[in-house]
Amino acid sequence: MSAPSPHTPVSPADARIAPKPRLRRFHQARWDEPLIFELDSPGERGVEVPITDLPVPTLPAGLARAAAPALPEMSQPHVLRHYMRLSQETLGVDLNVDIGQGTCTMKYSPKVNDSFVRDPRIAELHPLQDEGTVQGVLEILYRLEGLLKEISGMDRVSLQPGSGSSAIYTNVSMIRAYHAARGEGEQRDEIITTQFSHPTNAAAPKTAGYKVITLMPDADGYPDIEALRAAVGPRTAALLITNPEDTGIFNPRIEEFVRLVHGVGGLCCYDQANANGILGITRARDAGFDLCHFNLHKTFSTPHMCGGPAAGASAVTSALAPFLPRPTIEFDGARYRLDDDRPESIGKIRPFYGVVPNLVRAYAWIMALGAEGLRAVAETSVLNNNYLISKVLEIEGVSLPYARGRRRVEQARYSWEKLNADTGVHSEQIGYRVSDFGTHYWTSHHPYLVPEPMTLEPTESYSQADLDEYAAILAAVAREAYEDPEVVRTAPHNGPIHQMRDASLEDPGTWAVTWRAYRRKVGGAA
Amino acid sequence: MKVGLVVNPVAGVGGRVGLKGSDGAEVQARAFALGAVPRAAERAAVALTELAARRPDVAVLTVAGAMGEEAARAAGLVPEVVFAAGEPTSAADTVAAARALAPRVDLLLFAGGDGTARDVLEAVGDSVPVLGIPTGVKMHSAVFAVNPRAAGEVAAIASGLRDAEVVDRVDGSPRLFGCLRVPDVPARVQQRKTGSSSVTPDAVAGIATELRALLSPGDLLVLGPGTTTRAVAAVWGLEVPVLGVNVIEGDELLAPDAGADQLLDLVSGRPAHAHIALTPIGGQGFLLGRGNQQLSPEVLRAVGLERLHVVATEAKVAALGGRPLLVDTGDDALDQEFPRYVRVVTGWRRTILYPLSERQS
Repeated sequence: MSAPSPHTPVSPADARIAPKPRLRRFHQARWDEPLIFELDSPGERGVEVPITDLPVPTLPAGLARAAAPALPEMSQPHVLRHYMRLSQETLGVDLNVDIGQGTCTMKYSPKVNDSFVRDPRIAELHPLQDEGTVQGVLEILYRLEGLLKEISGMDRVSLQPGSGSSAIYTNVSMIRAYHAARGEGEQRDEIITTQFSHPTNAAAPKTAGYKVITLMPDADGYPDIEALRAAVGPRTAALLITNPEDTGIFNPRIEEFVRLVHGVGGLCCYDQANANGILGITRARDAGFDLCHFNLHKTFSTPHMCGGPAAGASAVTSALAPFLPRPTIEFDGARYRLDDDRPESIGKIRPFYGVVPNLVRAYAWIMALGAEGLRAVAETSVLNNNYLISKVLEIEGVSLPYARGRRRVEQARYSWEKLNADTGVHSEQIGYRVSDFGTHYWTSHHPYLVPEPMTLEPTESYSQADLDEYAAILAAVAREAYEDPEVVRTAPHNGPIHQMRDASLEDPGTWAVTWRAYRRKVGGAA
Repeated sequence: MKVGLVVNPVAGVGGRVGLKGSDGAEVQARAFALGAVPRAAERAAVALTELAARRPDVAVLTVAGAMGEEAARAAGLVPEVVFAAGEPTSAADTVAAARALAPRVDLLLFAGGDGTARDVLEAVGDSVPVLGIPTGVKMHSAVFAVNPRAAGEVAAIASGLRDAEVVDRVDGSPRLFGCLRVPDVPARVQQRKTGSSSVTPDAVAGIATELRALLSPGDLLVLGPGTTTRAVAAVWGLEVPVLGVNVIEGDELLAPDAGADQLLDLVSGRPAHAHIALTPIGGQGFLLGRGNQQLSPEVLRAVGLERLHVVATEAKVAALGGRPLLVDTGDDALDQEFPRYVRVVTGWRRTILYPLSERQS
């Protein structure tokens, strides 16, 4: 007899209702939904803009469009229906257990925070308003900087950069400016990172013109400290490192890493994008780092916003503060102001104040939790992860490479190597099959050093029942792989579309990133 | 302990002269005509010296003359000769000698390459533990110690056994012939060569750019064998033989398929202006001493280790599974001069710092 499901009826009155299956029966919605441009109905209108007697300012000729934008003409209900249908064709945190996002960290964003950013005082903010009229917003941003200073231990924070690569690029730019200011800009042309740091720790410095040296993991999965000793020297500009790395393993010798790099005059930059599991427990500054960044969408519960370019934050010691992006927000005890007069600054990173709605959401989230709450977030996400690990490792065919028997922080990179050897089923195919049960499994686990990888990061947002459900889905798919691998290989079966030809994603002849490109390729029209 | 020894005296003679192998009388004759010196006995003696130092009680049973006796005596041992081969020796002699030795020994050592391993497999199968002393040219099989001295070490250690693949190239493609039982000493017994992951010009374009940037006009680039290095050359518009060591100057293929002497001539003429680019053997990690014996110790010293560049795709590095890179140049002192970590160029402005086999002393 199978174990009771979390959906088993609990009262006699419910006994009339048939017991739910252990795994949710799920089918993604399938609407024959045309593109919104195809719903265009000339003459149909959504809102009627009231006529006003006020003078309408005319735009300078250089800014005005030559012709009206080619927006589809649709009524409000048609627009609403269109997007409701689309939302049902997606997998997401509001619909399902979304643990499998891996290192991209999806956590619950409290809906109340959306009400703050819908407030006209935020939503209707104009970036060119006079400073005197935006004192409240500047105060929120200034206070958010203060909170992130405390969380990181650093001396100054900038909310200018976007998250992820944008923040890392910002930090690399400050590293370059710092060395240049000391006359060592030419000499220090190498940046060291580790194989399981976020790949952008290699990509961003390379984009900025640095040579990148990657340290491989040692047999236990920790970055090889002997390799670091061989790598550091007078050409070292900085170490860029994620800790815990994407394996979920925390580097216990991080202070030694920092000492080695500082010993040759390099800077140390802590990628705290995965700060979820260490909030209130350890800080970049305490490990001796000079810079760090946060992805507010990962740790501080703001929406991802198109896969990454959401809000980030760079935090630095006072030695690097002169190089922060401008303007900075200053407070003299009475008024907030934007300081653009910063001669050593690396310049502007983003227009205006950054992504204000996300900054407000992050501020609200931190304030709602307080210091104790942040620590509880870290403890819960670590507990959730290690609970999920214990469930997943009961499944046949899966393993957790490196640091055997050691706990992970807030995520884990598993391997389906054995299942693949036994059944021929690949990790990616498991990911597609998992979607048939209404949940997501991100198939990017760069670098592919762990064979047949799977990266799970459950965060603090999920209940024990959620974790059980997710593990049960993985177990069911693994069982299928052993009993009937064809079912897994040909997945997804319950999606709006079945297998797509991956090659088409690589083929510029088939993909279309704009409606105009699509029409040119498919419809023949310009 | 009783150890059997069979030496294929001509194994590897083709390597330094750029013949890629030593199979068949014709290739061997060409090798000797090109000035090749047999080194199998010398390498077998290194293994036996190491073994005897660790196990003074060792008794060596072997074949008369060049097929073992000479090597044992060179190691200061007095072997028991149990078999005599014809002259010149042939593969049939290896098979017959191995058959004669197998029932009488605890471990059968053989000095040779993949072809010799095939002969031993045919002769003894899994009836006796076997270990190869690497003296051939390519050595795809997983039955060889990583170098001759390691063969002596492994032979001295009483350890468990594992099945190891005997692989050889047939008509240009590697083929699995079966398995021998070898001592299970992972760091000292080499891995089987794995087939290369698809190396496309795209995957190596960054490596090619990075390598180009290292060179000044008038510099020579000695390009080691392999599909990665061939793809690098292809990015520059050059078609080079995949198994040879090729010398490039500017946009020209100066010397395809060069042997050790030719290489030494070329690089000696350009002090400080010659570079070597190598790629490790996939899965196995050998940088030098397998399939590229043309890069002799003399050539390597003339160029200087600081101008030796290791290139590989990230996928190839990942496929090594953390095992260190290996060198077996044939010159112990030179092997010791390699740094513990080497920079592997994986793309434009991208390197991985990767460990090289820990020094043996």
